[in-house]
Amino acid sequence: MFAYYMDLALRSLKRNPVLTALMVLAIGLGIGASMTMITVLHVMTNDPLPERSTHLYTPHLDPLPLDYSHGGSGIDPSDNLTWPDAMSLLRAHRGVHQAAMAGGTLLALPVQSGLQALYAAGRYTTADFFALFGVPFEYGAGWSAADDTAGARVVVLSDELARKLFGRADVVGRTARLGELDYRVVGVVTRWDPAPQFYADSTGSQFSDIDTFFLPLSVAVNEDLPVSGNESGWGDDEKTGSSKRGAAMSWLQFWVQLDTPAQVADYRQYLINYSAQQKALGRFQRPPTNATLFGLMDWLAHQNLVPNDVHLQLWLALGFLFVCMVNIVALLLAKFLRRSGEISVRRALGARRRDIFVQLGVESALIGVAGGTLGLAIAQLGLWSVRHRPGDYARIAQMDPSMLAGTFVLAVLASVLAGLLPAWRACRVAPALQLKAS
Amino acid sequence: MQILPILSSLRRHRLTAVLLVLQVAFTCAIVCNVVFLIVQRVQRVSVTTGIAENELSVIHSSGYTAHENAQARHATDLAVLRAMPGVRSVAAVSWSLPLDQSDDSYGVCPDDASKKQAMARRSADGTSCVQPSMYDGTEGLIGTLGLRLVAGRDFTPDDYVIGSVHKPAVAVITRALARRLYPGKDPLGQSMYLGDAVIRVVGVVDTLLRPNLRTPAVDGYSVVWPQKPDGRTVTYVLRSAPRDRARLLREGRQALLAASSNRLVNPDRMEPYTDMRARFFQRDTTMIGLLIAAGLGLMFVTALGIAGLANFWVQQRTRSIGIRRAIGATRGDILRYFQTENFLIVGAGIVLGMALAFGLNAGLMTHYEVPRLPLFYLPIGALALWMLGQLAVLGPALRAAAVPPVVATRSV
Repeated sequence: MFAYYMDLALRSLKRNPVLTALMVLAIGLGIGASMTMITVLHVMTNDPLPERSTHLYTPHLDPLPLDYSHGGSGIDPSDNLTWPDAMSLLRAHRGVHQAAMAGGTLLALPVQSGLQALYAAGRYTTADFFALFGVPFEYGAGWSAADDTAGARVVVLSDELARKLFGRADVVGRTARLGELDYRVVGVVTRWDPAPQFYADSTGSQFSDIDTFFLPLSVAVNEDLPVSGNESGWGDDEKTGSSKRGAAMSWLQFWVQLDTPAQVADYRQYLINYSAQQKALGRFQRPPTNATLFGLMDWLAHQNLVPNDVHLQLWLALGFLFVCMVNIVALLLAKFLRRSGEISVRRALGARRRDIFVQLGVESALIGVAGGTLGLAIAQLGLWSVRHRPGDYARIAQMDPSMLAGTFVLAVLASVLAGLLPAWRACRVAPALQLKAS
Repeated sequence: MQILPILSSLRRHRLTAVLLVLQVAFTCAIVCNVVFLIVQRVQRVSVTTGIAENELSVIHSSGYTAHENAQARHATDLAVLRAMPGVRSVAAVSWSLPLDQSDDSYGVCPDDASKKQAMARRSADGTSCVQPSMYDGTEGLIGTLGLRLVAGRDFTPDDYVIGSVHKPAVAVITRALARRLYPGKDPLGQSMYLGDAVIRVVGVVDTLLRPNLRTPAVDGYSVVWPQKPDGRTVTYVLRSAPRDRARLLREGRQALLAASSNRLVNPDRMEPYTDMRARFFQRDTTMIGLLIAAGLGLMFVTALGIAGLANFWVQQRTRSIGIRRAIGATRGDILRYFQTENFLIVGAGIVLGMALAFGLNAGLMTHYEVPRLPLFYLPIGALALWMLGQLAVLGPALRAAAVPPVVATRSV
C-alpha cells in the first residue's frame, strides 16, 4: 500500500512541478537557516573537555571591599584570583590536581635563520597544569613543582610553535627565546585546543585562541611578564594594587580536579573557611559564603560566552522557519482541498479516512524529505560561510553527525507536522457528496 | 467594488484564509523589526571618526630588544618613512587609533572639587568627571590624522614629554568633551584634573572617535596630548593619496627593515586604515547582511504563498468566473475582485502584524539592547506588504481575468 501511496504522491507532485519546487525551496531555506544557527549555538556551548569536564572545578573568592562597585563595566574583578589567594589554594593542595594560570603574549624569536619572528600567545601556569587537563605530550614532559618554586626558566612549546621557531618538533633541551628571556625547552605538546578555551580569562577570544607555549607562573611574576587578560586592582595604594604579587589585584585563573562529591563538598567548605580566616585577618570584608566553586560547564554558562548576536540570529532563523511552515500548511491545504473531488471518489469507493490521511501524509513527508535534503545543503553552505568570516567562533563551526541527523529529523518532522492539518481537513471530505457539488 | 461577496467566498475557505493572514502577520511583525535592526546597525557602522580615513595607512613595528633607544629609533624610522615618495606626512603613536580597540582612558575632572568627590565615591558616576580616551603621538599627529582644529592651537615642540611616566602640561580635546567638561564656557585655557596632574586645554578639534565604542553619548570623548611613544612597539601612521596606500605599505615595511632588521614588522599588522575600521564593524556588517537576507527571504516566501494560493483559487473558481463573465462582468471586474480579496487578506494580516511587531519588539527590548520600535515603521511595513501582496496576486488575477465567458457553458 505504501508503494502505491508513494506513486500517487509522486504523480500529484509532478502535476504541479513549480509549486512543488517552491514548497521544497521554502522548507529548505527555513531548515537550512535554522540548522546553521542551531549548529553554531551547539558548538559554542559544547563541552571543551568531554572526558574530564565533570571533575574540573574553578574556585572563586570575593576579596573586594564592601564599597567597591565596578560601575557596570561588565568585568567583575572577583572572577579572577589574586596572587596571595591563588598561592594559598595551591599550597593547601586540597584537590587531586590544581593549577593557577594567566595568559600572556610574548615576542618569539626564531632560532633557525630564515624563519619569521612572531607574537606567540601562551600561558603562565604551575606544574600540575598538564596533569590537571591531560595535555598530551609529543616529546619530553612538563616541569616540576621544584621548578615552580625556583622560578626555573623552562618552557613547554606547542608542536606548531616549535616548528615555527626551530623548523622541527623534537626540540627538548634546546633554548627558546621568548620576550627578553631564554628558556630551556622541557616538553612539546601535540595540538591541544579545547574550544572554548574555558580556563582563560573572559576578556580574550575564547573560541579562537590556542596556547602555543606554557611557562612557570613564578617566572612571569619574577620578571613581570605582560599578562593578556584582565588585571583589576581595587587598592587605594597604587603600588600594591598594580603589582602582580599585590593582594588587591586579581588576574589569575585557578582550576582544580575533584573526583568525588565528598571532595567537592570538602573543597566548598575549605573555600568558605579560608574566606572566613581572611576576613578575621581583616583582608576580606564581604561574607565568607560569597566564595563559590563552579563546575566547568556551570562556569561556561556563568560567563555567557555566546554573543547576543548569535542568539538574535537563531531567533531570526527560527522565525523564518515558522513563516515557511505556515506557508506550506496553507499551500498544502489549498492543494489537498482542490483534490476534494478525487478524495470524494476514493472515499465513495471504500477508502477509509485513515487511508486518505496516510496517502496525503506520505505526500507531505515526501516534500519534507526533499526539503530536508536541500536544507542540509543550505546549512552546509551557511556553515561554510561562517567559517570563512573572520569571526571568533569561525573555526569551530562544523556539523557533527548528531547535528546532521538532527537536521534531517527536524525537516521531516516539520513538514509532516505541516501536512497533518491539511491532511486531517482533507480526509473529512464527505464521500460522493463532493461529486454532486462540482 | 462589492466587498460582501468576497467575504462570503472567503468564508468558504476559512482555514486557508486564516493561515494566509497569519503568515502575512508574522512576516509583517518580523520584517518591521528586522528593518529597524538594520537601520540601527547601519547607523552604528556609519559613525564618523573625524580622521582622514581614506588617506591613512598603519604600520606596526616591534623591536626585538627593550634596551635600544626608542626615541632615536622612532626619529630614524619617521625620517625614513617621510622620505618615501607619495608620503604627505607621518607620525608615530603608541597604539591607540579610533576604532582599533586598544583603549587608553583616564578619569578626568573639570575642577579639583569634583575630582575629590569622584575619589571619595571611587567612581566618576554622578560627578562632572568623565573617562575620555587618550591619544598620544609624535609631532604633527593632528595634521597627519587630518583632525579639524576648530579653536586654539596645535602643539609646539616644547609641549612634548617622552613616555607615559610624566603627564604633559597641555592637551587638545574634542568639542564633545569640551561641552561635557565646561558647559557654557570657553574651553581654551581651562584645566583638566587627571590624578595629580593639571592639564591645560590649548585646542579643540571637531570630532575624534574613541578606540572602542560604548554609547553614542560618550563615544566622542577624546583627548590628544603631546606625549611621545617610548616603547619598543610603536605604530606609524602614514598619510598619502588613497591610491598610494598599498605601495607605501609594501615599501614602508622594506624601508623600516632596511633601517633596522632587529625588529618585527608583521605583515598582518600593517594595513590601510579603512581595513582596520572594517574589522571593527565586521560583526555588524555580517549581521546587516544576515538581516537583509532574512527580510528578503521572508518577503519572498510570503509572496510565494500568496501567489500559490491565488493560483489555486483561480483554478478552483474558473467556472464561477466564467459565469460571472457570461452575465456581464468585465475583465476589470474579475481582476479587481482578486486584487480586493488580496487587499483584504493582507490588510487583516497587517492589523494583526502590527500588534505582533510590538510584542516582538518588547521581547527584543527585554533580552537585547534594542530601543523601542518607532511608530513610523508600521505604515511603511504595511505599505510594503500591501505592495508585495498586490504584486504577487497580479499574475493569477490576470489569468483569472483572461478566463473567457464560454467556460460557463462547459461542465468541469
